[in-house]
Amino acid sequence: MPYAIELLNITKRFARTVANDNVTLKVSAGTIHALVGENGAGKTTLMETLYGLYQPDGGEIRIHEKKVSIRSPHDSISLGIGMVHQHFMLVPPLTAIENIVLGAEETKNALLDLKRATAELSELSSRFALTVPLDEKVENLGVGIQQRVEILKAIYRKADILVLDEPTAVLTPQESVQLFRILSELKAEGKTIVLITHKLNEVMSISDHVSVMRRGKIVGEVETASTSPQDLAQMMVGRPVLLRVEKETRQPGNPVLVVNGLSHVDRRGITVLKNVSLEVSSGEILGIAGVEGNGQSQLVECIAGLIKPSSGSITIDGIQIVGLNAREVFARGLAHVPEDRLKRGLVVDMDIKENLILGMHTQARFSSRLALRRKAIKENAELLITKYDVRPMNSEALTRGLSGGNQQKVIIARELSRAAQLIVASQPTRGVDIGGIEFIHRTLVQARDSGKAILLVSADLNEILSLSDRIAVMYNGEIVRIFPDNRIEESELGMYMTGSKQSEEKGASNG
Amino acid sequence: MADVKNGNRHWLEHPATQTFLIPILAVALSFAIGAIFIVIVGQNPFEVYSTLFSQTLGTSYGIGQLLFKTTPLIFAGLSVALCFRAGLFNIGAEGQLQIGAFATALVGMYTMGVPPVIEIPLLILAGMIGGGLWGFIPGYLKAKTGAHEVINTIMLNFVAAALVSYFVTNVYNVPATVHTPPISPTGRLPRFDALFSGFEGSPVNFSILIALLAAVFVWYYIDRTRYGYELRVVGLNPKAAEYGGISVAKNIIVSMTIGGAIAGLVGTNFVMGYKYYFEEGFSIGTGFMGIAVALLGNNNPFGVILAALLFGMLEYGGLVINTMVPKELVSILQAIVIIFVISSNKIFRRILVNFLKKRTLSVND
Ligand SMILES: Nc1ncnc2c1ncn2[C@@H]1O[C@H](COP(=O)(O)OP(=O)(O)OP(=O)(O)O)[C@@H](O)[C@H]1O
Ligand SMILES: [Mg+2]
Repeated sequence: MPYAIELLNITKRFARTVANDNVTLKVSAGTIHALVGENGAGKTTLMETLYGLYQPDGGEIRIHEKKVSIRSPHDSISLGIGMVHQHFMLVPPLTAIENIVLGAEETKNALLDLKRATAELSELSSRFALTVPLDEKVENLGVGIQQRVEILKAIYRKADILVLDEPTAVLTPQESVQLFRILSELKAEGKTIVLITHKLNEVMSISDHVSVMRRGKIVGEVETASTSPQDLAQMMVGRPVLLRVEKETRQPGNPVLVVNGLSHVDRRGITVLKNVSLEVSSGEILGIAGVEGNGQSQLVECIAGLIKPSSGSITIDGIQIVGLNAREVFARGLAHVPEDRLKRGLVVDMDIKENLILGMHTQARFSSRLALRRKAIKENAELLITKYDVRPMNSEALTRGLSGGNQQKVIIARELSRAAQLIVASQPTRGVDIGGIEFIHRTLVQARDSGKAILLVSADLNEILSLSDRIAVMYNGEIVRIFPDNRIEESELGMYMTGSKQSEEKGASNG
Repeated sequence: MADVKNGNRHWLEHPATQTFLIPILAVALSFAIGAIFIVIVGQNPFEVYSTLFSQTLGTSYGIGQLLFKTTPLIFAGLSVALCFRAGLFNIGAEGQLQIGAFATALVGMYTMGVPPVIEIPLLILAGMIGGGLWGFIPGYLKAKTGAHEVINTIMLNFVAAALVSYFVTNVYNVPATVHTPPISPTGRLPRFDALFSGFEGSPVNFSILIALLAAVFVWYYIDRTRYGYELRVVGLNPKAAEYGGISVAKNIIVSMTIGGAIAGLVGTNFVMGYKYYFEEGFSIGTGFMGIAVALLGNNNPFGVILAALLFGMLEYGGLVINTMVPKELVSILQAIVIIFVISSNKIFRRILVNFLKKRTLSVND
């Protein structure tokens, strides 16, 4: 079979880091090729080089067996390469459709003509079941939907090579299944797909070939049919990895977080939270399952003091926190891993050590009235960087240059270093490699075992099922069901999540 | 393009490099281009430049003049830089320094008999309060209503100019002039030429030390205190600030107020150290030059000092060479410096990075 993509001896350096070290990757036309590897292994860099965002320092690129020079995404797009980025590249104040046609827009008398595009896009989106509210501004869309916009955008531009950088990180299992159906269809139409992912079950279920990267090099390439998740994991990390969370059942203690009758109407006048009540006790993990955009974000923001609910009460250890600001809530014993690390969780133009004190910077150990305690801040960073294995191990590196997984580790490190009774973790392992997931999961379970109360919000059902002691399902701003344990089928959970099944009482009261 | 997002800092990516090396290259290049203009007007660029340098840097009188011109630029540059670090564009330094200087002069008129140890700080404080108020207003409006600080600071510049003009011509004026009566003799800052004979005749005075102190203060405040930490977080990512419990509104107000207060110190140079009264039109756009100074200094307080020195030199140098070339040339030179600095950052860095890469490659091979 001819090759669609040949990356030959690609080397890409960033000042001191060698992100890609003489990498050769060949992808046969019409196949799905998975690219896996630890955080910071160089996957994104390699694909962004293919896409023209970086110029390689050495090596050669061939597309459909012809040597090409790709100087910018403009070149790669005209070569039929489309890329869905790990961190979306959408323009928030523009609508979905404007984003999609951006750069490929059709004009009529110098005015933007969206009619044809609209028709074409609705055809595409129904064909691939990629429902997108085309006329909604991107900034109002959840992360999951934003990604659909990205995918649609690439397909709309007639990409025949499609690179997806961790596309399922933000999708629910149902959405992932849908996406994979799309990918299979695209493959059937002869398109070539490169899929970067940290989820080995995805690799196993959809790819034809897998390449494994570690520290800038390709360390293995196999046919999917002849490998197993365990083998892949070992190849990625260089040691055997536990793919299952190990955790004993525990007797939960006293309630730490109590949410009662919480409702919220947002600025657009939409009721995003309806009478939500839940409790999380010391020594337990309550998982919230739900399709993104069903009120989970708002629930978390209410708890974290970022938005003030319209009504209802929230207490931490019996103390009312509604009306307190974020810092005051932190002071009452909250740790908060925010869902969107770039938007809220990090100041990417600050270095690691300064990010590690965000929200703790007024504590006596990090500053006095007159000065920051720079030595303590640095020591704190070095300790956490070692403990959480953040790379690069340099407390003065800007967080902007860290790989996604390492950025996440910085946040996890910071939040777990707070003296907190309650940990609210939103999408804690989004975009984190399996070694990192293992670590983060173990850390959360340890925190639970040491008596912390943990509220876990995740779009990853696997994560919910394997970590939670109890599971609540949110749909349309409501808690539709709370399961007393985690012994429940994914498919049943999925039905609650999509609203096709509601608990008896709710069903009755809603008619 | 994406080379900008860097994790492991090479020395080229180090803030110090950006603060110093790149502007220096930009300045050198703009002098080279200035030379072309000099040739066009029929002069010898070497002669013009050597006069420029020798008359400003080569004599103590010249240095005194240069420092005198530099002082207000430092205050204005620091004011803009500090606000910029908080993500705010302070176009209002001009108005802030007008109000501040006027406040200093006004208070100075009534402090006769107050012991100088109290009087001098009092006059300085008056300037800071005046400027600070003029910074507080747009800061408060931005924090509470979201009104954009650029518009409001520009508007307040007009208000400040009109206000001081009214008072100077109608209320506190010395007849037939546009200045106020002098301040109390004991409230004045000594000129350097009273102490060192070399500066004879140049008005440079102790306020330049206040300017240097202000720069150290701004550096310390931004880099070393928790308030500065908060200010930077707000400037870089307001959403993360909110998440970390940092009040964006409070920081906007505080940084605009401090920025205004620093601009308000300009009066120490002119009112307390030179003329001893407030005169309408004493600052022709110092506040606006402050924007260029902050930019050239990469919003770093020490960079601001260097940039202010450069612009101070150009300002005084313009007088020195104005028999040789039209004075517009100096304005052109200043403008070229600014344009180059704004546009050169990326270009120079790319050139440097490539250069360095080639070298490391050839070493490796
Ligand atoms: N713009 C940049 N400047 C400096 N270093 C960078 C830059 N981009 C990436 N790096 C570094 O290059 C290495 C590879 O990063 P890359 O983002 O390609 O990893 P990745 O395999 O995609 O990781 P992840 O799974 O976490 O997304 C990392 O060490 C990262 O810190
Ligand atoms: Mg990546």
